[in-house]
Amino acid sequence: MELDVALLSRLQFAFTVSFHIIFPSITIGLATLIAIWEGLWLKTGNPQYLQLAKFWIKPFAITFGMGVVSGIVLSYEFGTNFSKFSELAGAVLGPLMAYEVLTAFFLEAGFLGVMLFGWQRVSAKMHFFATVTVAIGTWISAFWIIAANSWMQTPQGHQWVNGKLEVASWLEVIFNPSMPYRLVHMLLAAMITATFVVMATHAWYLKRGEHQDFGRKGLSMMLWFALVLTPLQAWVGDLHGLNVKEHQPVKLAAMEGIWQEKETNVPLLLFALPDMKNETNHAELALPGVASLILTHNWHGELQGLKSVPAADRPYVPMVFFSFRVMVGIGVLMIGVALVGNYLRYRGTLYQANWFLTPVSWLAPAGVIAVLAGWYVVEIGRQPWLVYGLIRTSDVVSPLPAERVLFSLTLFVLAYSLLFAVYLYFMRKLIKKGPAPVEQLQQQRIGVKASGYALSFTKQLADESEGTH
Amino acid sequence: MELSLGLPLFYFLLLGFAVLMYVLLDGFDLGIGILYPWFNTDAEHDHLMRSVSHVWDGNETWLVFGGVILFGAFPAAYAAIASQFYLPIVLMLLGLIFRGVAFEYRFKSDSSRRWWNTAFAAGSSLAAFCQGLMLGTLVQGSSDSLLNQSSLNWLSPFSLFCGFAVMAGYALLACCYLVMKSRGELQQKAARYGQRLLLAVMLAMLLVSLWTVFIEAEIRLRWFGGWHGLWFVPLPLLSLLAARLLFRDLGRVQRQFQAEQEVQSRHEDRPFWLAASLFLFAFAGLVVSVFPYLLPRQLDYLQAAAPDSSLQFMLPGIFIFVPLICAYTLWGYRIFAGKVEDFQEGY
Ligand code: HDD
Ligand code: HEM
Ligand code: HEM
Repeated sequence: MELDVALLSRLQFAFTVSFHIIFPSITIGLATLIAIWEGLWLKTGNPQYLQLAKFWIKPFAITFGMGVVSGIVLSYEFGTNFSKFSELAGAVLGPLMAYEVLTAFFLEAGFLGVMLFGWQRVSAKMHFFATVTVAIGTWISAFWIIAANSWMQTPQGHQWVNGKLEVASWLEVIFNPSMPYRLVHMLLAAMITATFVVMATHAWYLKRGEHQDFGRKGLSMMLWFALVLTPLQAWVGDLHGLNVKEHQPVKLAAMEGIWQEKETNVPLLLFALPDMKNETNHAELALPGVASLILTHNWHGELQGLKSVPAADRPYVPMVFFSFRVMVGIGVLMIGVALVGNYLRYRGTLYQANWFLTPVSWLAPAGVIAVLAGWYVVEIGRQPWLVYGLIRTSDVVSPLPAERVLFSLTLFVLAYSLLFAVYLYFMRKLIKKGPAPVEQLQQQRIGVKASGYALSFTKQLADESEGTH
Repeated sequence: MELSLGLPLFYFLLLGFAVLMYVLLDGFDLGIGILYPWFNTDAEHDHLMRSVSHVWDGNETWLVFGGVILFGAFPAAYAAIASQFYLPIVLMLLGLIFRGVAFEYRFKSDSSRRWWNTAFAAGSSLAAFCQGLMLGTLVQGSSDSLLNQSSLNWLSPFSLFCGFAVMAGYALLACCYLVMKSRGELQQKAARYGQRLLLAVMLAMLLVSLWTVFIEAEIRLRWFGGWHGLWFVPLPLLSLLAARLLFRDLGRVQRQFQAEQEVQSRHEDRPFWLAASLFLFAFAGLVVSVFPYLLPRQLDYLQAAAPDSSLQFMLPGIFIFVPLICAYTLWGYRIFAGKVEDFQEGY
């Protein structure tokens, strides 16, 4: 079999970027939560907040580390695997990523050291400042990379000069039509992902009867967050969908499984098996007219279907179709969990309701799965275009020897699988170990206020524990 | 050689600055990994890791910065270099991945600690070696079109030699960093290794210089072809001076210790700056040799430059943020200034 470089490069990019996004979608939210807890602790003096911050900072640290190392790969992969694309579009995407590094990556990295290791070296306020800065850094980073990605979805503000893309208006490039929706949707997604990771962990503690106070505090807080964030996300997602309808109608047709060139009264497909060869669906389970209603706000609204463009210009429909259902399905499930959980707390039975806590403790990966599914909708739905309507993916792959890409892909798969297993192992270990008792933190708290003293205090603690060996 | 002042030249220099910052900063922390196998006890390994665990991320960000400046300001060069160096880049990235995660996992592991030690040492060495390999290829230039992506021209005796030379250089930086950050036996060990590595590095620099000057007619012409070559004479001389002072300081650190005196802090701190300036001079010499090319004799910085609209757009960001970044990076180093303590801080 002839190896296809284009396919291998795409597989490699898809694999490495999917691996990467797992970690940012947790760290963006978790950094924000930790900053909130630390702020609350400073404000109220309630040590439970310090306990939350100090416990979650460890899973945060390993997740962040994974995010950094997997991200560096991506910033070089544009050039290694899509060299022609880098040459054609570098003048547009490069500066956006340069701003990401200048305004976000350095900021995150610069203050991360203090956030993780500086507890005994700076005052509590300074430490809080470092944590907030790291959190803001992750948001800024999302801003730029989403701007870059959204431009590839809905390009504007560019012009072709001598066969390469140049920018006519940076404002138009950055604030392209899909960017605001994608940014808000992604940041909410990250908050929700972290919320459910934390919620699931605390539910697990409660279910096992461990760390009761800690478990309750976290679970209760996260239920409030979920109650606000998940419906908001569904609403933003709906707006996002309307935006897709306007700018990428073919993608929308794939998401909804619409084949006819023009269709009115479009049903909402809960399930179906899209068949690309015969250009139709099998085994449909449909709510008549509902898709029209959602997308045009009219039962009889007209939508464009896949047949409106030649087969060569259509994405791989089943993947887009199912990914979309996975994401929305998880979104609806999360809304349900938020509603039921808040109701149970109102009734006062939440912390004993094992029938509820047990399934919630399984939801830790739900956010990550929804994020990946969402990105598959966006990215696979854009195919065969790399920059929608401008550059075809197959035209701009590096003309590398196929074996070389196969080799690197194999290495990445092996290395990342290994690392992912290790990551899960250590996350499990940290969570099993549980939080440090409040009393111990109280002791350290004395230190945090007077930084010079704190260092010698820690040293003394270390010496004492040395002595007892 | 025509100097046309303008945005592309500014970005060429900025790229040089980014690479230099990367080499100095990640140099010492990759070097710690390269030295790792020469330290044996758990306590020593703890110490080595701790000395850089709060800065490695920031140091590596300079690599990302260099990459995106190349991408944004010289897209054609980014495309050509990255795809041409496909395998060395992929291997370098894998090396960086394994050493990067070792920081987090090693301190949290019990039974798997051995593996993280290996991952840290091997990952750091691999990354440094690949960087040297690419550097060697860039200096050496090639008759083979660099745009031919199936070529393996990065694999030559010269580039392999440069791979080891860069490893030795990074290890030297790391020794000097350790002399600054530690005390007692460990510091002594670092000073001893440092002296030996310094000799190796100087020898490598000499060989590389001779090699390029004799093999590459164009480089020879630049250094020896006319009076303007005189401008460059200070570079080798300054390098020699820096090496001489560095060797002496490292020796003093050892003598003071043997004489059971307090090691003087200026002798502890100065080696690092001397080693850094040695790198600076070598780097300047390199720039003199390859200017104005991004890919020697194939693609110069004017040909590869992005349109002005892109170069101008990045300017305000660079002028505002690069100084800011330097300021808070310095602040971060100040907070963790002084010797590494032998107990777990933070979290
Ligand atoms: C919505 C968020 C988001 C998305 C879509 C991406 N990233 Fe990312 N990335 C982050 C959010 C993020 C982050 C939150 O800022 C990270 C995660 C952990 C971290 O250290 O920063 C990060 C780290 C990170 C790093 C390491 C930064 C460092 O050295 O500190 C690089 C080089 C990239 N990313 C590059 C990319 C590229 C080239 C992407 C697209 C193909 C990409 N990221 C998608
Ligand atoms: C982080 C979340 C992301 C995920 C999970 C993701 C996922 C994917 C997937 C699955 C593909 C392969 C599509 C196919 O070939 O069928 C792809 C392609 C691609 N994506 Fe993304 N993507 C993400 C973000 C981004 C961002 C932020 C950018 C750019 C700034 C980007 C640029 C690209 C490029 C250049 C390709 C080209 C290869 C191709 O089309 O196959 N992606 N991505
Ligand atoms: C519940 C209702 C939801 C709806 C109606 C919805 C709708 C959408 C739509 C229309 C897109 C964009 C497709 C495109 O631009 O091609 C999208 C993308 C995405 N979705 Fe959702 N979504 C929902 C829930 C969620 C949830 C719960 C998460 C994660 C926790 C999530 C994460 C994402 C991500 C990461 C993307 C890709 C990036 C982006 O375009 O913002 N979504 N979603």
